[in-house]
Amino acid sequence: MEPKREGISVAALHHQQPAFRGLDAGHMACPGCGQALGARLVTEAIGPDAIIANATGCLEVFTSMWPRSSWRVPWIHSLFENAPAVASGIEAALKAQGRQTKVVVMGGDGGTFDIGLQSLSGMLERNHNVLYVCFDNEAYMNTGVQRSSSTPHAAMTTTSPRGETRMGKRHLKKDLLAIIGAHRIPYAATATVAYPSDLRAKVRRGIEIEGAAFLLVHSPCPLGWGHDGADSIEVARLAVQTGFFPIVEMERGVVAGVMKIREVRPVADYLRLQDRFQHLFEDSREAREELQHLQELADHNIEVYGLRADEPHPRDSEGADTVRRGGMRWS
Amino acid sequence: MLEAIEGSAAVARAVALCRPQVIAAYPITPQTHIVENLARFIADGALRCELVSVESEFSAASVVLGAAASGSRAYTASSAQGILLMTEVLYNIAGLRIPLVLTCANRAVGAPVSAWNDQQDSMAMRDAGWIQLYCADNQEAIDTTIQAYRIAERTELPVMVCMDGFTLTHTLEPLEIPAQEQVDAFLPPYRFERALDPMHPRSIGTVVPPEYYTEARYAHHRALLRAQDEIVAADADFEAAFGRRCGGLVSVDGPSDARIAILSIGSVIGTLLDARDEYPELGPVKLIKLRSMRPFPADALQKACAGLSDLIVLERALSPGGIGIVSAEVRAALSEMQSPPRVHGFAAGLGGRDMPLELYPHLIAAAKARPPVRFSIVDVDPSKVAEEDR
Ligand SMILES: Cc1ncc(C[n+]2csc(CCOP(=O)(O)OP(=O)(O)O)c2C)c(N)n1
Ligand code: SF4
Repeated sequence: MEPKREGISVAALHHQQPAFRGLDAGHMACPGCGQALGARLVTEAIGPDAIIANATGCLEVFTSMWPRSSWRVPWIHSLFENAPAVASGIEAALKAQGRQTKVVVMGGDGGTFDIGLQSLSGMLERNHNVLYVCFDNEAYMNTGVQRSSSTPHAAMTTTSPRGETRMGKRHLKKDLLAIIGAHRIPYAATATVAYPSDLRAKVRRGIEIEGAAFLLVHSPCPLGWGHDGADSIEVARLAVQTGFFPIVEMERGVVAGVMKIREVRPVADYLRLQDRFQHLFEDSREAREELQHLQELADHNIEVYGLRADEPHPRDSEGADTVRRGGMRWS
Repeated sequence: MLEAIEGSAAVARAVALCRPQVIAAYPITPQTHIVENLARFIADGALRCELVSVESEFSAASVVLGAAASGSRAYTASSAQGILLMTEVLYNIAGLRIPLVLTCANRAVGAPVSAWNDQQDSMAMRDAGWIQLYCADNQEAIDTTIQAYRIAERTELPVMVCMDGFTLTHTLEPLEIPAQEQVDAFLPPYRFERALDPMHPRSIGTVVPPEYYTEARYAHHRALLRAQDEIVAADADFEAAFGRRCGGLVSVDGPSDARIAILSIGSVIGTLLDARDEYPELGPVKLIKLRSMRPFPADALQKACAGLSDLIVLERALSPGGIGIVSAEVRAALSEMQSPPRVHGFAAGLGGRDMPLELYPHLIAAAKARPPVRFSIVDVDPSKVAEEDR
């Protein structure tokens, strides 16, 4: 008989717990690291029959310090900018050998938006049967927080500092999803570690597809963004609720679904929690202008993707299953 | 049976005989004919293989890395700028100890732009940790390609087969293409112990802290040195099976009492053989063919040079501001001998310039120089260089 405790079904809980963890505890990520959580969620959703090609970056470094490794799935790290091509080779080999194992790439935004964009484009164009997951923490974190083409406009990094003549990063965040969409791959989506059930569903969708799939996972970095590790989930959720990071799905380059926002929050609520945007709250004309500019960028996202809604999105868990996983405990 | 066939097409046939499962390459002259031929075999169904048509040489090298790490026999080829674009991946493949084969159709590196042959491209990769074998003729290119897979798979080291662009790749000559059954017997199906496999999950390419890095490099270095035995054994076994050999690590041709020798690498050997016949009056001369540049066969080379008074090195690889790359390495290796020969270093034929037979008497005469010629580019035409460079 199934043991019961205070009305909770242990078997049901067991059932909800993933049977398999591809990325195990004991790695060296900072407390509250968004991509550590993200990689764990993604590997749980994929299961054991997968091979991972990891681009150079925080995830690779904090999981693989010889002679230890946190990976329970076969894992290969070659270089910063070639993970999609390595994955293409793995997939071609599996095909030649008649094996069904799923190939997954994991890379940071630097490896994806910038230095690895060419090999990613090649992999997508050839439509390899590979799921590419980019953990987007919006800067080169592993080398100490330098700006990438994914860094939001006006954010401070060590190479886009606030100075006498600058208000942080001068350029806009690259619209990578549009570039991915232009490859007309079967499936592409954005997700965030703040909404794990949505993330898992998208991972499962991505691995079920025959062909290339791409997932952009917004992943807070307490160290680089300058917020408390315990607030990572809150920060990530606000990025969605302000329209700053839209959650969308694309099929063959066409928007096929969005996570609607029931109550749109002002971007200042999101920005205020992070040191990288503190200069926008100074009492100056530049600060007010940039803050206004970022608000307009978020409004633009809401407008073009049609994010405003009365009803909550079914997978907008509003903390239901994120709070339990939140903060320092899952680091 | 002999078949009149172009060098590139012959190498493609040899690759196909090795039954690769994944091929990735990117076009560049003079390598292109090799992959074009392979693409045709695949399109015609004569070769069952995944051809990944990548967007760069960087990705070509990365694709074969991933494929070989997954346990498939993999192949790629390139030249000059393509080899240099691969640089980071080539070091990575070797450091990960992944067995695969790459053909370098040797070509000069721009600038100035030159589509023609010299060996600066592969020589620039000599420290990448690959085995590097140089082919003197197209029969050797076929045979070395087949041997290369055996060597790679037994040593878990990548092998670069270097053949001179145009001089070999685009030359049509009668060649012996081995039979499939013979190659199958020489090269049985391969099982890579460390292959990526969910049943035996491994982490490949981890961060290695200072406590382990030296040992990792040492093991790689030792593996390359030990590979000398595999290179010799592969050539000997190949001879037993096919009746031909390529000359192991280093081979000597000529009268045993000759006190002068010319050492070279690649297709120049053929020119030198003809030249020696052309000028018998210049006395007995040994020709030394250095086939393996990495591992560098210092012991075999010392043996080959025993009893020589003068060794002339003729090469197509220049380290600007230094000397010839082969000359430097040969001189260093021979300096340990009891009575080493004087080593005279020469480069010629850069960027595809012909090496005429008349070079030979010039070289033999230069060997009389005291002190020996440290290094000289022999075929410079002073009328084509600026006053201050003459
Ligand atoms: C060719 C090359 N250039 C630079 C580096 C140094 N480097 C290593 S990781 C990294 C940043 C990684 O940033 P990202 O991809 O955003 O991942 P994150 O560390 O933020 O997760 C850089 C610049 C490298 N390893 N290789
Ligand atoms: S620096 Fe950021 S991305 Fe890297 S481990 Fe720390 S929190 Fe994670």
